[in-house]
Amino acid sequence: MLFDKYTINRVLKNVLVQVFLMAVAAACLFPVLWMVRSSFMTNATIFVDPSLIPRELHPGNYAVAWTRGNFGMYFLNSILYTASVVMGIVLVSSLAAFAFSRLRFPGRDFLFYMFVAAMMIPLPGSFVPTFVLMNKLHLVNTRLGYILCMISVGLSLSIFLLKTFFDKMPADLEDAARIDGCNRLQIWWHVALPLAAPALAVIVIYNSLNVWNEYILATLLLSDNALMPLQRGLMVFNGAYQVDYPVLMAGLTMTAVPIIIVYIIMQKHIVKGLSSGAVGGLYDSA
Amino acid sequence: MFFKLDIRHAQAGPLDLFKNFLFVLPAVAIFAVFYIYPFFELFHLSLHEWQGIGPRTFVGLRNFQELAVDRVWWSAVGHAGYITLIALTFQNALAFGLALACDRAIRMKRFYTLVFFIPPVLSEVIVGILWNWILNGGMQDGRPVGLLNHFLVQIGLPNMVHHWLSDPGTALTCVAVVHAWKGFGWGFVLFLAGLQTIDRQLYEVAKVDGAGSWRSFWNVTLPMMVPVIMLVVILTILGSMQVFVLILSLINQGLVYHTEVPVTRILSSMTVTNQFGYACAQAVVFGAILVSVSFALRALSNRMRQA
Repeated sequence: MLFDKYTINRVLKNVLVQVFLMAVAAACLFPVLWMVRSSFMTNATIFVDPSLIPRELHPGNYAVAWTRGNFGMYFLNSILYTASVVMGIVLVSSLAAFAFSRLRFPGRDFLFYMFVAAMMIPLPGSFVPTFVLMNKLHLVNTRLGYILCMISVGLSLSIFLLKTFFDKMPADLEDAARIDGCNRLQIWWHVALPLAAPALAVIVIYNSLNVWNEYILATLLLSDNALMPLQRGLMVFNGAYQVDYPVLMAGLTMTAVPIIIVYIIMQKHIVKGLSSGAVGGLYDSA
Repeated sequence: MFFKLDIRHAQAGPLDLFKNFLFVLPAVAIFAVFYIYPFFELFHLSLHEWQGIGPRTFVGLRNFQELAVDRVWWSAVGHAGYITLIALTFQNALAFGLALACDRAIRMKRFYTLVFFIPPVLSEVIVGILWNWILNGGMQDGRPVGLLNHFLVQIGLPNMVHHWLSDPGTALTCVAVVHAWKGFGWGFVLFLAGLQTIDRQLYEVAKVDGAGSWRSFWNVTLPMMVPVIMLVVILTILGSMQVFVLILSLINQGLVYHTEVPVTRILSSMTVTNQFGYACAQAVVFGAILVSVSFALRALSNRMRQA
């Protein structure tokens, strides 16, 4: 009874499915594990010892990368950019989305649809006029210029997501706050923002990843080593001289591991955040 | 009820409307300066000849005329098309297959869904540099540097050793494969979410009607998945056509003809030959192509949904 045709068929099918999934998972993980493993090896062993777990660990690569490779500086820059851009976006977009959803003023719908349209129109090569503009404003090679550009990149989607969220917020709460003597700004701060925490989480995560992983504007706008974020620093290090693989891998690991750890902790939020980022306006129209 | 309405209408004077507007002012100001202005500047510059500094010369549509017969440009569009085609077929088929596999009661499902989305959260720079090492064709002390070549030697296929990224015959396919590696997790996540919204009762009904697993896939799963499939198709096309940072980091020795795509062309018009006007014309044309493709597909998808 235990070994009837159907059971065997089903077990066999499950095994095949598992083998398939395992193979793809291994293909996903291998380059990442290889990167971490190589960051602990020396130039003498890295091409010779084929094992995934090295016999001797050389954490010294990280010290070299941090100081001589300038990755310490790049790392702090990346943190600075990510934090300030995300804070800027949360502040500016939540104010705007609150007004688009709750307050009345002339041109409200027009302005909102402008943001939505910007979200839906792909603009390849927009870095050309952006660079020209920053040059005119003398913001090339400044932290402020890069931060403002990145805020504007994430703004439309954040406003759109928050506005849809505020639209679902019950009006009673707002009225109650108003009776208690709250003005608009206080309602935004004390009522709307705390309620919008789930949507804010999505926005924070989506934009953090976006800024942390951004490369092209950082390349065009920042030519000074001391201002560069990690992604740009990696490319500088990679192109500079004979590639020092262990140190390069230490730099890569320093860039990738924070993201992977955050991802593992907040998997659901991240997947949700990134897919709403990608899907954005598409769902709205379809 | 009336009391409530009173409260909300209490703020309707001109001063109040202005105060309301102040809430959107920062967003509108940033947006106007950093999005709207560059947007129009793009069209404006595309009609000029300009080296980035010095005087601009108005040249009308000459940039576009030049672009129309620019062989390198159109072959770059073709390259992006090739990458997109591979993404649409192999990458999405893989993503769909994995989603189907994870949609059933299966062990370690959470592990798989966690792992498949790791490549998408990594930056293109990281992925490019890592795969540059894997596919590297160089030798050091008689040993291949690249992991793939190393592996080929180890398993006794030394004549398969190849300059994967510098051979024009394989370079573009390598880009497409790495792009697919980085991207299939997207399709997987969206497909899986779509599959999980399908009402299980539909499968039960199909079973009662005598449908096997193949028939129920064909008659229940696929039709229900049409909107999600269209969504993934649009996202894949828009994402793959615009890929370029991955190429910059994967192909280490700078921009090489056989792996040029439209955005790398725009970038080199701007930074290598200093033809800002031409770069903008390229951006306008490519943007127009993408917008028309995405709107056509969206219209198609809406019609399919209504049918």
